[in-house]
Amino acid sequence: MLKDITLGQYFPSNTAIHRLDPRTKIILVVVYIVALFQAKGWIGYGVVALGAISCMVISRIKPKTLFRGMKPLIFVIVLTGVLNIFYTTGTPVLPGWIITWEGIDRAARMILRIMLLVTGTFLLTYTTSPMALTDGLEILMNPLKKIKVPVHEMTIMMSMALRFIPTLIEETDKIMSAQKARGADFETGNLIQRAKALLPVLVPLFVSAFRRAEELAVAMESRCYHGGEGRTRMKQLVMGKNDYMAFGFSAVYLAAVIILKKFGL
Amino acid sequence: MSEIRVEHLSHIYSQDTPFEKTAIEDINVTIPHGQFVGLIGHTGSGKSTFIQHLNALLTPTDGKIYVGGKDINADKKSRRDVKWEVSLVFQYPEYQLFEETVYADIAFGPKNMGLSEKEVDERVREAASFTGVDEELFQKSPLELSGGQKRRIAIAGVMAMRPGVLVLDEPTAGLDPAGCSQILDNIKKYRELTGATVIIVSHNMDDAARLAERILVFDHSRLVMDGTPEEVFSKPEELIEIGLSVPRPTAIAMELRKRGLQLPDSIYTHEQLKEAVLKLREAKNA
Repeated sequence: MLKDITLGQYFPSNTAIHRLDPRTKIILVVVYIVALFQAKGWIGYGVVALGAISCMVISRIKPKTLFRGMKPLIFVIVLTGVLNIFYTTGTPVLPGWIITWEGIDRAARMILRIMLLVTGTFLLTYTTSPMALTDGLEILMNPLKKIKVPVHEMTIMMSMALRFIPTLIEETDKIMSAQKARGADFETGNLIQRAKALLPVLVPLFVSAFRRAEELAVAMESRCYHGGEGRTRMKQLVMGKNDYMAFGFSAVYLAAVIILKKFGL
Repeated sequence: MSEIRVEHLSHIYSQDTPFEKTAIEDINVTIPHGQFVGLIGHTGSGKSTFIQHLNALLTPTDGKIYVGGKDINADKKSRRDVKWEVSLVFQYPEYQLFEETVYADIAFGPKNMGLSEKEVDERVREAASFTGVDEELFQKSPLELSGGQKRRIAIAGVMAMRPGVLVLDEPTAGLDPAGCSQILDNIKKYRELTGATVIIVSHNMDDAARLAERILVFDHSRLVMDGTPEEVFSKPEELIEIGLSVPRPTAIAMELRKRGLQLPDSIYTHEQLKEAVLKLREAKNA
């Protein structure tokens, strides 16, 4: 079922990670990604993974949920793995094979890297409500307004897009069910037949998306929305003790990974 | 014949996530062929989940469903075949219209069944006549019609498959009274002419009372009442307790009883109420 796609979904809860300021979390994810790309040896990767796992434990996100979210990425993960196994030169596993020990090692690292990358960003969206996330982004990107980047417009578009992902998924689900009830077949046939079979879903979906967009615009205007100029917030973001502690941890974390890299670990 | 037998049916949405939710729990019911069933219950009581199991759109978490004696979830083929036998009209079915013309949209179902062009044409015209869709509209785009017309075309699209069991989820939601009674008449006509089983999910107790031979009441994921309209509406207090309304005549009869009139228990149509009141007056005069 489409509903089971958890990409970009928020799981409300009240753990220490959920309570962090969204700005802190965005910065932490950036630090985490930098650390991930600094990691070189298995020990480095281990440290990075340790960070991700401890965040997962604190925020009480089940590994199962995380893996379910990764399902759509299986293709990319497998492709990376296969390419790395076959295109790395080194000592063959068996005499005469193209598969090398180095290839296997590299493939494993690449797969781990993709999975950790995804884990980090998923943890962000799982523990931060879309509204908080876009608020945080808007404030972080505020300096860009000086060079005429339409920050407010971008973030409001993003929050609306995020807001409507579940709605549209639900709608797609509903339309698919309705067409399945009329005998539409989405599961069999070759690629072209399958693409054609999607038409009865896409047309009503577009019609309703446009209808929704129009309704939303009317609803926003009737509540006097007129862009970001002079707009205030109901919930002011304030950094607390936890946020500073998180920054402290992440500095140590990044330093540890970089030092390990220096030693080639 | 397509008798529907549901045994110990349960469904849990998003199992093993924080959003886990039991939608229906241990439902047991047998619906003989040709029965007109009304399904009532308030929002979130599991009605919609239940009906989506009847044509294998949802797979049960637990339990079995037999249509015409066959387990509909036995394999992929039976899951698909049951869709010809049990057809579902969703809430606001007009949102599923997609073809360029009304004709093509009604023909979508029968075409998927693999019927010949002549048969498809026959089915489309038949379904259009059931729902009172004028043949003049056939070449128009369904998107430019009025809400009521769209609704009827969408229902025609399902009727065109001539299902033995027609399931409708709130077919009259959002229509004006004239549109409502038109749709209900269309459904009645379809049943009279094909002898099909009809299952209607409805919020409107008056419709349920007037049309259905049997009423199923859902509350908190369970089937809590099952009986003829007489049986179900003779316990109006229980219905009110689970947050449902009762048909207007039943409500009036309850008020009258409170004021000391000796009215019989099971009143749920205007006719019955009228007769009961007239009888009382006669008795008083005599």
